[in-house]
Amino acid sequence: MQVTMTVNGTEYSRDVEPRMLLVHFIREELRLRGTHWGCDTSNCGTCVLWVDNEPVKSCTMLAVMADGREVRTVEGLANGAELDPIQQGFIECHGLQCGFCTPGMMMTGRWLIDNNPNMTEEEIREGISGQICRCTGYKNIVDAIQWASDNPKAEVSN
Amino acid sequence: MTTAPEVPLSPAGNPMGFGSMKRVEDARFVRGQGNYVDDVHLPEMLHSAILRSPYAHARIISIDKSAAEALPGVVLVITGEMLAAVPRPSLLGDNFAWMPTLSYDTQAVLATDKVRFQGQEVAFVIATDRYIAKDALELINVEYEMLEPVMDAKKAMDPGAPVIRDDKGQTDNSITDVHGAKTWESGNAEATAAAIAAAEADPNCVVVTEQILYPRVHPSPMETCGSVANLDPVTGQLTLWTTSQAPHAHRTVYAMVAGLPEQKIRVISPDVGGGFGNKVGVYPGYVLSVVGSLLTGKPVKWVEDRNENLVSTSFARDYHMKATIAATREGKILAVDVDVLADHGAFNGVAQPTNYPAGFFNIFSGSYDYPNAHCKVTPVYTNKAPGGVAYACSFRITEAAYVIERVVDCLAAELQMDPADLRLKNLLRPEQFPYMSPTGWEYDSGGYEKTMRVAMDIAGYDELRREQAEKRAKGEYMGIGISFFTEGVGAGPRKDMDILGLGMADGIELRVHPTGKAVLRLSVQSQGQAHETTFAQIVSHELGIPPEDIEVVHGDTDQTPFGLGTYGSRSTPVSGAAASIVSRKVRDRAKIVAAAALECSPDDLEWELGRWFVKGDHERGKTIQEIALLSHGSLELPEGVEGHLDATTVYNPPNLTYPYGCYICVVDVDVATGQVKVRRFIAVDDCGTRINPMIVEGQVHGGLADGIGMALMELIAFDEDGNCLGGSFMDYLLPTAVECPNYELGETVTPSPHHPIGAKGVGESATVGSPAAVVNAVIDAISPFGVRHADMPLTPANVWRAIQGRPIRTDMAVE
Repeated sequence: MQVTMTVNGTEYSRDVEPRMLLVHFIREELRLRGTHWGCDTSNCGTCVLWVDNEPVKSCTMLAVMADGREVRTVEGLANGAELDPIQQGFIECHGLQCGFCTPGMMMTGRWLIDNNPNMTEEEIREGISGQICRCTGYKNIVDAIQWASDNPKAEVSN
Repeated sequence: MTTAPEVPLSPAGNPMGFGSMKRVEDARFVRGQGNYVDDVHLPEMLHSAILRSPYAHARIISIDKSAAEALPGVVLVITGEMLAAVPRPSLLGDNFAWMPTLSYDTQAVLATDKVRFQGQEVAFVIATDRYIAKDALELINVEYEMLEPVMDAKKAMDPGAPVIRDDKGQTDNSITDVHGAKTWESGNAEATAAAIAAAEADPNCVVVTEQILYPRVHPSPMETCGSVANLDPVTGQLTLWTTSQAPHAHRTVYAMVAGLPEQKIRVISPDVGGGFGNKVGVYPGYVLSVVGSLLTGKPVKWVEDRNENLVSTSFARDYHMKATIAATREGKILAVDVDVLADHGAFNGVAQPTNYPAGFFNIFSGSYDYPNAHCKVTPVYTNKAPGGVAYACSFRITEAAYVIERVVDCLAAELQMDPADLRLKNLLRPEQFPYMSPTGWEYDSGGYEKTMRVAMDIAGYDELRREQAEKRAKGEYMGIGISFFTEGVGAGPRKDMDILGLGMADGIELRVHPTGKAVLRLSVQSQGQAHETTFAQIVSHELGIPPEDIEVVHGDTDQTPFGLGTYGSRSTPVSGAAASIVSRKVRDRAKIVAAAALECSPDDLEWELGRWFVKGDHERGKTIQEIALLSHGSLELPEGVEGHLDATTVYNPPNLTYPYGCYICVVDVDVATGQVKVRRFIAVDDCGTRINPMIVEGQVHGGLADGIGMALMELIAFDEDGNCLGGSFMDYLLPTAVECPNYELGETVTPSPHHPIGAKGVGESATVGSPAAVVNAVIDAISPFGVRHADMPLTPANVWRAIQGRPIRTDMAVE
């Protein structure tokens, strides 16, 4: 069936099976490979993107459910060559190693900051507790989100 | 940035050598531009899915695939019977249905006779779309005859136990290594037994025995395993993109498995989303994508889902250990003996050097000074997934460190000694290095007590003990756990160590372009360790070329020299040494070119970072960049000296390196619910020279989280029917940000004397050292209830039951 959605500011229309998951639509149909797939059971969060400004695990949502809605993925974080503070924060604080969970972590981190610019460490940890990282042990991810929160100089482009 | 002050900065602000430096890799990863296997997309590429066995042990009566083949979009359905009919011109067998494992055993690619674990590969569907491929799995009808499964390793050798490997003509479930041995022993059995017997008879001594299980866990990298195979039907060229920690070793294995000429095989391991040992072995799925491309003439992609990753790929541990420690009542350790029952699953797929069938488990004597140690490891087949040693494996040093650190705490409890005092009394002293361990390992360097004191200072150990006493008086239970570990990493000297006959030395190649920029080609493969950053720093340290001017190429067998890959913390100890040595070769060559240019003898030249100059005339010299251009130019060079600065080398390590550390974990236990909260985690590592301290600390953080996970929640258990109870992230629990504390790190630096830059490797240190610290802390917390030991994972239920005096076997769903 026909599905139309705006992804990172560009409108896309595709004819897809009703059962197609949003994560596969983004990755296979639109070839935006920054959103990853990791578990099928909504536990790992490596597929997190935004639908209408809310973080969503895109392996748990059908592409057709995003019809007419606005999606933002990791590819939509930077403004051209200029990185979003959340991206800069992950670099500054060594918030990533293998890079696989990173897009999902950054999408959640960006949303957390937008909704509470004065988070405590505990609130950040709680905020990312639906997502798994196997490399970093989380401390540097928490620091990266804190860094981005403390350095909001780049425009927040939601 | 914590760049050491003596290291000059490059024009881009990076350390010209060692120091914390932002990672080169991050630029692509934070933009979502990493290139993982599932990101590979080729024209006409087909997708695939594997039908897996629902049973742990069953005979295959028939497979009806006609309905699946009739599904529109399905291109081919491959069964074991079909594989058995594909001729394989190879020394290792005459068809594709079986493949060799890394331990000289065989493993079914697709089952032909029996299925031997739940999740075993039974059929392979190739289709135009991954959804159709999965649909087709539902249409394959397999008729099974159920057989009794062997799920309890302790019953695998019982008389009358069902025989799993009847394909090999076996009559029991024993495992035989390549030398024909069914048990693997190390150390001095007689002296150890005598010392323990003497201690038992001596009222001034104690002997403590404990049954200690390191249950089955799983590495679970965030990216599952997968591959894209493209076998060109005209040229015969196979290009395989795959999740591999060892692309060169995999290429050779494919040459052997498939009988393909090795020069026609190109293995590309692109960005890998975490490995932790899970991506060392060769899995049936990889082979099936190759066979699929062979049979369809099209590229075939196979990417497993999370359930498949958990139930079928390399697990870790599954060691049932009985440890006996003898000591004087003053706390001097006299002897340790460990008897291990090792559950290897249905095929012996353990990745380890040939002559070490129990990996490096026999380093269990640990960090202490005592003469008598012995271990015996008995491996058995069970109806569980094959593989093994994965999960920051260190070739079983994780099990070794756990058993000694746990049993030392048991001894401390028996002696009513503080576990810190007991360790300090027994730690090896600096003057004992190089130290020959009772099981034959030559520890290269160490200053153990200093490292332990640093950890105790950071922790405020005495204050913690005071707090604990006060809390206990109020009915609150906190625990302090210590672990002191020694690893042997960087396998290894080729005279001793090989995998499938491939010596564990690493090649490397360094090219210096006319403009002085360089390309370093590595055999090892990053799964997040940031080789593109740290290896550039090694070259920069040796040659004074800015790190940003050095491109590091890895993960492509056509682009890099042969080497054994990244696992067992071996990249820095082996390939890191190679990077240093190849840079020094370039430096030596540059000296000759500089001498020709400066019209002097090479003997008159002196090196400073990035430049050769004439001794006593500092102004008269040539930078490495000037020399690079000269080496490509028209300068007349001395007789016998080639142009260019490029060099290659193969590094064969003379010994392992021996990183060590002291970890202290502080927990609070709610004895009403059994809930454990990790309050603090102090980790002091000595991994020798730190190339990039930021990256070292990041690796330690990750390993500490691993340890918290294994100690408190991770478990692949089975029920008696053979059902895997850890088949999803809803059942196989991994630590999240709320279970992990803010780590407190410290360091001491004791360089390896035999490594060119003194680095020891650190990738697995924290995973090796941390589980014991967490478990020791929990047991310490609940020791007032008379608990001396309880097995991982220390879930609330298990902690509560231990407090009630009813600890259970955590590896089985039945008691």
